[in-house]
Parts: sequence; C-alpha cells; structure tokens
Amino acid sequence: MSVFDGLKFRRIKSPIHNLDPRMKFVYVCAAFVAAILFGKLIPLFVLFLLPIPFVFLAGVQKEWLRSLRGAAFLAGFIFFVNLASSFFTSNYTLTAAAVENSAAMTLRFVVLVESFSVFFLTTSPDHLGLALEQTKVPYEFAFAFTTAVRFVPVLAEEAQTIMDAQKARGLELEKGGILKRIRNYVPVLIPLIVSAIRRSLELAEAMESRAWGATEKRTNLFALRLHRGDFALLAITVGILVVSIYVYIYVPIPTLSQFM
Amino acid sequence: MTIIETKNLTYTYPGGTTPSINNVSIKVQKGEFILITGPSGCGKTTLCRCLNGLIPHFYQGELKGHITVTGIDTTKHKTHELAKNVGLVFQNPENQLFALSIEKDVAFGLENLGMAREEMQERVEWALKLTDIYDLRERSPHEVSGGQQQRVAIAAVLAMQPEVIVLDEPTSFLDPLSAEKIFEVIHELNKELGITVVLVEHRLDLTAKYADHIIIMDEGEVVFDGNPREILSTEETRLIGVGIPKATFLYHMLKKEGVNLGEVTPLSSEDLTIILQEALKTSDRG
Amino acid sequence: MIEVEDLHFRYPNGVEALKGVSLVIKRGEFVAIMGQNGAGKTTLVKHFNGLLKPSKGTIRVDGVATTETSVASLSRNAGFVFQNPDHQLFSETVEEEIAFALKNFGFKEETIEKRITWALNLLGLSKYRKTSPFLLSGGERKRVALASVLAWDPEILILDEPTIGQDHQQKEKLRQFIIQMQTQGKTVVIVTHDVEFVSECNPRVLLMKEGVIVADGEGKKILTTPEVLTKSSIVLPQIAQVFMKLAPLGFPKDVIDVYEAKEILLRKLQEMRK
Repeated sequence: MSVFDGLKFRRIKSPIHNLDPRMKFVYVCAAFVAAILFGKLIPLFVLFLLPIPFVFLAGVQKEWLRSLRGAAFLAGFIFFVNLASSFFTSNYTLTAAAVENSAAMTLRFVVLVESFSVFFLTTSPDHLGLALEQTKVPYEFAFAFTTAVRFVPVLAEEAQTIMDAQKARGLELEKGGILKRIRNYVPVLIPLIVSAIRRSLELAEAMESRAWGATEKRTNLFALRLHRGDFALLAITVGILVVSIYVYIYVPIPTLSQFM
Repeated sequence: MTIIETKNLTYTYPGGTTPSINNVSIKVQKGEFILITGPSGCGKTTLCRCLNGLIPHFYQGELKGHITVTGIDTTKHKTHELAKNVGLVFQNPENQLFALSIEKDVAFGLENLGMAREEMQERVEWALKLTDIYDLRERSPHEVSGGQQQRVAIAAVLAMQPEVIVLDEPTSFLDPLSAEKIFEVIHELNKELGITVVLVEHRLDLTAKYADHIIIMDEGEVVFDGNPREILSTEETRLIGVGIPKATFLYHMLKKEGVNLGEVTPLSSEDLTIILQEALKTSDRG
Repeated sequence: MIEVEDLHFRYPNGVEALKGVSLVIKRGEFVAIMGQNGAGKTTLVKHFNGLLKPSKGTIRVDGVATTETSVASLSRNAGFVFQNPDHQLFSETVEEEIAFALKNFGFKEETIEKRITWALNLLGLSKYRKTSPFLLSGGERKRVALASVLAWDPEILILDEPTIGQDHQQKEKLRQFIIQMQTQGKTVVIVTHDVEFVSECNPRVLLMKEGVIVADGEGKKILTTPEVLTKSSIVLPQIAQVFMKLAPLGFPKDVIDVYEAKEILLRKLQEMRK
C-alpha cells in the first residue's frame, strides 16, 4: 500500500498547495510529454531532479520518498526486463549502452511516478474536485469523484469493523489454503457490499431532498482563480516544453557510455 | 394557516402487499412544532417521505389520498421543487453529507438551485452560525462527531430556507447530551424563525416539552393526535408501547394512588419537580 | 472472570485510547460501561475477546492472558454483539447465519441443529428460520445477530450499544432478556450511553473518561452524583433530576427507579398528612 501512501493528501498550507490544480495538472502533462520525448539518461535525469525543489517547498519530502520506494519494485522489474531483452537480442552480449538504456527506461517510469505523486501530494481532494467542477467535466463525474474520496475513510473503517465482527464469530482469516482463504472473505465482502448499497440509497434520498437536478446551470460556492504563482508555474511549464522540444530537435545528447 | 394537510393518505411500497400507511389524515398549522411517535414499523418514516415528495417520486409505489404541503400538491411537483419549501433531515448523520468540507456541504442545495455565489455565501454563513458550527466550516465531515454532523445536515437544509423542516429520528445514533443540543437547535429554529417543525422521535422525555401537538401512529394508522399532556395521560398510549417520560409515568402512578397533584400533566422532570414541591408544601401545612 | 491490570492501548495512528485501566469483572456480574464518545469504552471491551491486544499492561479472561491465544478461541468464551447487525449478516437464510459461528467453532452437525432451534426460540425468530436475513426489519435483524452469538452459548456476553435505534418495547424486551441471561449465570457487559435504560436495570456502572475509569460502583450511586456525571458529559436520569431538587425537603438523593420513587413519595406524603 506504500505506493498509495504517496497519493494520500495532507492538509498543509504551502505555496505549492495553494497553486491551482489545473496548472499543476498541466505541469504534470508537460513532464509526461518531455519524459516520453527523451530516451536518454541525461535529460531524463534532469527531468527527475526538476520537481525536487517543489517537493521541499511543499514540505512533503517524506511521503514523496515513500511513494518512490513503493515504485522501486516495479522500477527494478522494468530495468531487468529491458536489460534481459537487449541481452537476448544481441547474441548474449551486455554492453554499457544497453545498461544505460535500461536505466533510462527505468528513470522514465520513475519521472512519471514522481510527477503524479507530487501532484496528488500537494493537491487536496476538494481542490481537485473544484477543479473538475470548473472545467468542462460534467458535474456528475466531479460529484462522483469527491463523494468517493469522501467515503474512502468511512468504508475503510467499516471494512475493519466487519472483519472484527466476523472474527468475533470465530472466522479465522489467516487459516487454510489459498482457496479457503478466498472463501473466508465472503463474510466480509457481502456485508460490505450490502452496506455500500444501503448507503448509496440513503445518499440518493438526501441528494433528492436537497434539490438535486433542480437546474442544469449549477453554481459553485467557491471559484478557483489564477494567481501570480499559477502564472509562474505556467511559464515554467511552457519553458520546460519549449526547451525540451528544442533540445530534442537540435541538440545531440551524449550518452554516458560514450565517456567510458 | 394550515401548512401541511393530508386526507386519507395511503401508501404501499412497490412490491408490498399491505400499505405502510393507511388512511392518514393530519393537519399541521404554520409555525407549529409537532412530534410524531410510535413503535418501530408504525409508518412514521413513510409519512416523512411523503411530506417532501420522496414518496411518490423517488420510491414509486402506490399513493392514494390527498396531500398538500406549503400549498403544493406533492404528487404533482418534483422533489427538487419541493426542496425549497420542505427540508428533510435523516437518521444517519454520515450518509447525508457528501462534500469534502462542511461549508461546501451546507451549500450543496443552494448550488443545485443555481443561486448566485454572493447570496450563497451569505446563506451558508447564516446557516452555519444558527447551528453553532461556524468554526467547523473548513473541516471534513468525517472528522467531526455525530452530533456535529447532524447539525451540518440541519444547516444544509436550513440554508435553503424552507418553511417546514421534517426530521426523521435525527438523534438515534447520538448520545443524550448531543441529542439535547440538537433538540435545542430545532426548538430555536421553530421559536425564533417560525419554521414549522415535524419531528419523529422515540425520546419523549427530551422532546415532549417542545411539542404543540403529538401524533401517535401504530401499524400505519394515526391512533392519537392532540395535546401532549392529554395524550401522555392515557393508558392506551402506554399499551401501544410508546415510551412516555418517566416523570409523566410517576405522576400518573401517584395520582392512581389518590395523591392530589393538580391537573396539569408534567412533560419533563422540571415540570414534575415543581408539582411535587407544591404538593409537599401543602401537605406540610395540612 | 475478567481481570484487567494497568491496561494501556495506543491505536496505530498514535491515539492513546486507554491510559491505565484496571478492573475485575466477576462471573455472573452485570456491568454497564458508560462515558462520552471517545472515552475508550468500545476500545476496552474489544480487549475482552482479543480483537485488540494491549500496548502495555495485562488482561486475563478466565485465567488466560489474551495475548496468548487467538480471537476465535477467546470469542468462544466471550460473545461480542456489535452495534450494527448489518456488519455481520451475510447468509442466505437466518438458519445459515446462526450456523456460521457454530461451524467455525467446530460444533457437530446434530448439535448445530439443536442450538439453532434453541436460539431461534429464545428470541422469537423460529418463523424466520428459512427467511433471508436481509428481508427482515431492523429490529428483527438485531435479534438475528444476537441469536447468532447466543447460539454458541458463551459465558460472557458483550453488547455494544444495544439500545440504539430501538423503540420503547424493544428496549423493554432487551432488559428482560438481560435479566434472563443473568439468571442463567452469564456475565453481561453492555457499552451504552442510555442513562434511562441503565437506571431501569441498576447494574454495576463503570464510568470512563479519556481512557481511564473515573467511577466504579453501584448504578444508583454513580448515576446520582452530578459532579462525576457532568465531568463525563452524562445526563442525570429523569427521576434522579427530580430527587436532586427535592433533596432539601429531606428526600434521599440516590433514587433512579420509578417504582422506588413512587414508594418514597407515597410514604412521605402520608407521613405529612398525619
């Protein structure tokens, strides 16, 4: 679950947290594009270093590192698959270039993970929900998103209570072979699902009672407005894109193995 | 002025074989605080759902008879139209709050109605202050206690400024102290703002003193409808299984033993204390 | 017999819910654990069947330390009925629901049949034997959950907020049921904040506040001591409220039962008439 730890939000007030989520998302997309663009180690390393000042400014270093640790397994997997494929396709030779290439692919994956991690770590779900509401996304989806996030801790607690209740009736979740263990979860899943359905019904009643569907033109209590910081981020993002494209087209990038 | 009127209201849930409410005829005057009570399954919740249009629009099923709330025939208007006039607060605090911050939750109904932002912000602040949760407005619903969550639900309904607020066992999941706080808030809304209150409750010891009249239901029908002091004096009420306040019960027991305690039935421990103090003073002198 | 010595418990998120609780509950006692939300009541009782294990201190149930054995084996002895029956119900019929725990505990087929019949009879659910529990009303589902715990006949019965959402008649039935359990020699522990219900039963009361026990004694005495109650945010029972105000006239303060109140008042009034 440690990968999800990096995605969990903390309510901190930092300049990064206050940035408009839409601008942050644009940044993530730009980082995405730049990462895909480059297949070489050095530029990818630069892209990897780029968000680090943001991470420190937002004070989310610990959680960010945790998310990277969570991604480490998958990263290692990517590295070895790449290495193995080049090994087998080049008549069982291992070159420095192949190692560097695999490292680059791994780093590309890490850059993607870290960008998303920084985004989710510095954006509160309500900000995210607001951003969704204020873009052209239909309200139903934004609502579904925020409601889901709202109930995640509730459902988690309920799952724990249900497990406790069934354990108190002698259910032993850890015992038995793989098939028995899966069957053991039926007394936990069914009450959870039934409860979720009942909850949805009650929520629907409450929504109806508070004028859901009264008008197509729904208004919003809050408005996301762009501030100086957001424009600064936009400028940085555009800068990254422009520089990336320029470097990609015009600047030959050396590989480390050339220096060996 | 009659603000709620039902005539021979009968409703059967889809797939049901017997009606959940049968021939219910009640009248509520504007500004009244009425209490509906009765054993589990007597139809109180069904009646509540009729008052804001969830029945018949959300639940379908078969609704017979007439019902008018704030002058509107609920069968002919959608639930969202009725929402402006009648608010409904449900039993489970957690399942009425969907937003990630309390102020957004209170604004939910107003956003649905397409209200302008400035007006909405004023209304939200007003509702939060009336229910004494203004300081909690930026918190997430999950972080606050059950009693506070119910106050958010009340604020959310209040923000739409309905003429009637219906509350279906709002304190079921709350401890007695939080429950008292909720009843105080509701009582103030009724007294200060003139909002008609329809409260469904079991806890008569905490609520009977606020009610203008009490409706007792049993097996889908209205069996008593009248003045609280009268209703809580009858033997039948106890036999139906309604939990009359202990103070009232003690009063009746003493009266049966021939003690003269005056003619006014107490509805709360304060009432009874005064009655007993009087009786003991006169006995002393006599 | 439940022996708790200096029990401390800290949740994984850092919250210290129990800060040194010590108590002894003897076999056959009826105890009500009361206190505000968050005082630690449910946390405490979850230690009785091993769902939670102490961070510090010890707890022994019938001589066995809860850290030395499994939840399943502790539950065999201490049956826990959770507040919301919908957190337990999952079977196709009421019969299967009750059989669930019996099968888990390794009862034989014939015994299971007999136990199911017995439990259904006890709680007036025999006609629902083959019904799906999901089709029953709220009160009936609560009884099914209770039946499914009683079926394996635990010595200790723990009820977590059994009066929530119950109407007057259902609470009366519950009260009589607890008396019945007591006459059978069972130890009954209820976690509740329903003062009126407790004042009708007059059990031993353990009052908790912020992870410690602040009062432990006869219900009558504790529920009529305003200083203790207000500190734990508990409301005085109605009858106690009346007698508190009548105290200057020479009335005893520790009255919580309606019938006792009637007798006392009648006697006083008759005295005064002489």
